[in-house]
Amino acid sequence: MASEQQRHAIKNAEVLMVGAGGIGCELLKTLALSGFGNIHIIDMDTIEVSNLNRQFLFRKSHVGQSKAKVTVHVKSKTECYECQPKPTPKTYPVCTITSTPSKFVHCIVWAKDLLFAKLFGDKNLENDLYVRSNDASSSSENVEDVFERREGDDLEKYGRRIYDHVFGHNIEAALAKEETWKNGNKPKPIYSRDVLPDNLVQQNGNLNKNSTVDDPLSLSAMTSLGLRNPQDVWSLVENTKIFLESLKLFLGKREKEIGSLIFDKDDQLAVEFVTAAANIRATSFGIPMHSLFEAKGIAGNIVHAVATTNAIIAGLIVIEATKVLQNNVQKYRMTYCLEHPSRKMLLMPVEPFEPNKSCFVCSEAPLSLEVNTFRTKLRDFVEKIVKAKLGMNLPLIMIGSALLYEVGDDLEEDMVRNYEANLEKVLAELPSPVTSGTRLAVEDLQQELSCDISIKHREEFDEEKEPDGMLLSGWTQAPQVEKDNENGHGESTSVVSDLMPLESKDNGEIEIIPSGTKRKHTQISSESSSTSCGTHSNGGEPKLEVIDDEDEVVILDNWNAENSKKKKVL
Amino acid sequence: MDGEELTEQETALYDRQIRVWGVDAQRRLSKSRILVSGMKGSVVEFCKNIVLAGIGSLTLMDNRLVTEDALSANFLIPPDDNMYSGHSLAELCRDSLRDFNPMVHVSVEKGDLLSFDEDFYDKFDAVVVSCSSFTTKKTINEKCRRRPKRIAFYTVDCRDACGEIFVDLQKYDHKQKKPDDTIECQLQYPSLEEAVTAPWRSLPKKVTKLYYAMRVIERFEESEGRNPGEVSVSDLPSVLKMRNELCKAQLLNESHIPDGLLERLLLAGTSEYPPVCAIIGGILGQEVIKAISGKGDPLKNFFFFDAIDGKGIIEDISTPATGC
Repeated sequence: MASEQQRHAIKNAEVLMVGAGGIGCELLKTLALSGFGNIHIIDMDTIEVSNLNRQFLFRKSHVGQSKAKVTVHVKSKTECYECQPKPTPKTYPVCTITSTPSKFVHCIVWAKDLLFAKLFGDKNLENDLYVRSNDASSSSENVEDVFERREGDDLEKYGRRIYDHVFGHNIEAALAKEETWKNGNKPKPIYSRDVLPDNLVQQNGNLNKNSTVDDPLSLSAMTSLGLRNPQDVWSLVENTKIFLESLKLFLGKREKEIGSLIFDKDDQLAVEFVTAAANIRATSFGIPMHSLFEAKGIAGNIVHAVATTNAIIAGLIVIEATKVLQNNVQKYRMTYCLEHPSRKMLLMPVEPFEPNKSCFVCSEAPLSLEVNTFRTKLRDFVEKIVKAKLGMNLPLIMIGSALLYEVGDDLEEDMVRNYEANLEKVLAELPSPVTSGTRLAVEDLQQELSCDISIKHREEFDEEKEPDGMLLSGWTQAPQVEKDNENGHGESTSVVSDLMPLESKDNGEIEIIPSGTKRKHTQISSESSSTSCGTHSNGGEPKLEVIDDEDEVVILDNWNAENSKKKKVL
Repeated sequence: MDGEELTEQETALYDRQIRVWGVDAQRRLSKSRILVSGMKGSVVEFCKNIVLAGIGSLTLMDNRLVTEDALSANFLIPPDDNMYSGHSLAELCRDSLRDFNPMVHVSVEKGDLLSFDEDFYDKFDAVVVSCSSFTTKKTINEKCRRRPKRIAFYTVDCRDACGEIFVDLQKYDHKQKKPDDTIECQLQYPSLEEAVTAPWRSLPKKVTKLYYAMRVIERFEESEGRNPGEVSVSDLPSVLKMRNELCKAQLLNESHIPDGLLERLLLAGTSEYPPVCAIIGGILGQEVIKAISGKGDPLKNFFFFDAIDGKGIIEDISTPATGC
């Protein structure tokens, strides 16, 4: 298999593994078995029980301890991790969440980011739970007072008041704004006295199940109420009970955390509360309810995962790594692991794409930044753009040959003072002024990362949509391709979309869209060699044939070739 | 596991995979019993996968002691020879596998696979055979097929950077999802013997060369009375001769079974390439999980992988009479 020389290269290769999770464990094992001698691992996560179904290097006894994840790319020859747009967490318009939810996920976001945050989180943070209406509305109570506990308020009373306010009064207030409901789908207000007449909730016997427990994270309203199966979809009555009970448990047994709690999918009580609240709101708006299990997945952005796929991917990674070590450029492949075979293949190797020209990591295309150069300070630019968006840690910023800012241990004191002073200046008033048309060079020497930014002055920015007062464009924008569903190839090439769904979901599933309009790497490099054996079509007409011979490489069907020359058979 | 429901412990541990295949499938997995014979690299990977997935019980068979080759592809063997000497491969693997998931019952069956009566196999829902001669594999397959309750049967073989999986689910009913609706369909799997004796000229033109190459090596080992993998590059002339004879008899052009491929397989002997073991073990793991849980489309009936081209290919090999 491997020659002596190859074995030597493998043994002495330095490998950095970023991430020691699902794929990481498999990868570490396979790398070690394959003879890699130097492996460095980074991972900032800690081990959880739910990891143990696939991250087999960890045991139950390790839960809570720390762990490490990787991308490998050959710089400038193939795509880097940034070249393909990565799915960003889905966000929703504020009014959908606060006023017009139509899907269960909207209710989850409301329950988690608004209600939970308002009740248990930092009170100083802005919260859209109440979108103030201009006209004096029905409720005579000052909105803020509702959430304050009053003298003599027992937890039951307080809970019901909150319930009635968010599910009852608030809805009635919303109904008063007739224009919102022109198209029907009016929500129904729900009051606790109608769902749960007062005295039925005394379940002191069951409360004892929780009272002897020391660990706050194991408190559970489900346990108190005898609801054992997280896969059950609770009734409105049950959801109401859970809502009130979990609220009681938070305020009664976890008071210390109130005011600083952040939702955590592994906080059982938090998940119970959010599930119940989301379900009640869903009922109000005629949206189907969901089980705790499902709600947790949505609220926690849980990615489903199994050991087998990770093992396969790890094996494929090591095979690619070996090619890299041997500088076997022609043989680099991206391999898709498919759920349903495409052209008899479950594992489909594809030639890697060339780097995305707009990718700021790989290429030289300048980014552009719209900013008010008379109001924005250099400090904001450094923090919000250079560090936060571009991921630079030790940036260096220049105009032409003039240094505006840099960080380093070896700087002289007066230079440091100079840079500090620059940070406080607005862009237009810097020693070398930054105005419309200026081109800044930004570098991070530590990461060998550099890019140019063209500045364009703009006066106004939308406070809601552009809270930073700056708009960066031209980064990670790979040309988008519509998924080709004609013969199922579009679907089968997206790694995640075909997982066996438990039900049809549109809760913001991750999709990976191959940007097929880019030219393949070897098409570029072999352009000059026009000799080829095997089939090839005449230039000009994009003809997509699958070449099935032994050494040929699959070309994705949804790739529109600008250059239709086929790869030479090796 | 007690009763019908998954325990709280199981629900917590298997959360991420339950989100893939559902609670019912997980329950079925928790009750399943698997027999594995031949603890080679790819089989060990497979065992790790199904133990992590939470099957009910796993029975291991392999009386051989540790060898150099085994150490280089089997990550379950402790590297210290004080720890492994005197123990069989099955025993060593059992101890490590138990660690991965204490909820799975892992045990060792000593004795010779061929010595058991047919009803021995009734204890299992799935049987995986590796490191065995063709005759052995065929015999086990036939025994399984004769049992009243369906036993899923698999063989797996990895040589050099190549791997082969064979699947026999006999008659398998499942719901196949089409764009518009779901249709019930029944797959009819040929036995190992039927698949392997399918005339080559009746097979589709583009069947992977690896299929043929494995048959040639298999035939060679049988005729010479060799253990699987007990071959070397010095056998090449004889193997090429056998290839030529087979091709002539089967009316297949020799170019379908390149010299180079045969040479690679011979050179490897019993050694395996770890990344390929991981891939083959992963695919096999998925297949067994599908068959037991009833979720997902099982492959029919061969799977091949070669790291040289990176393709993982399914081939449907059956005699015209049994094909469907």
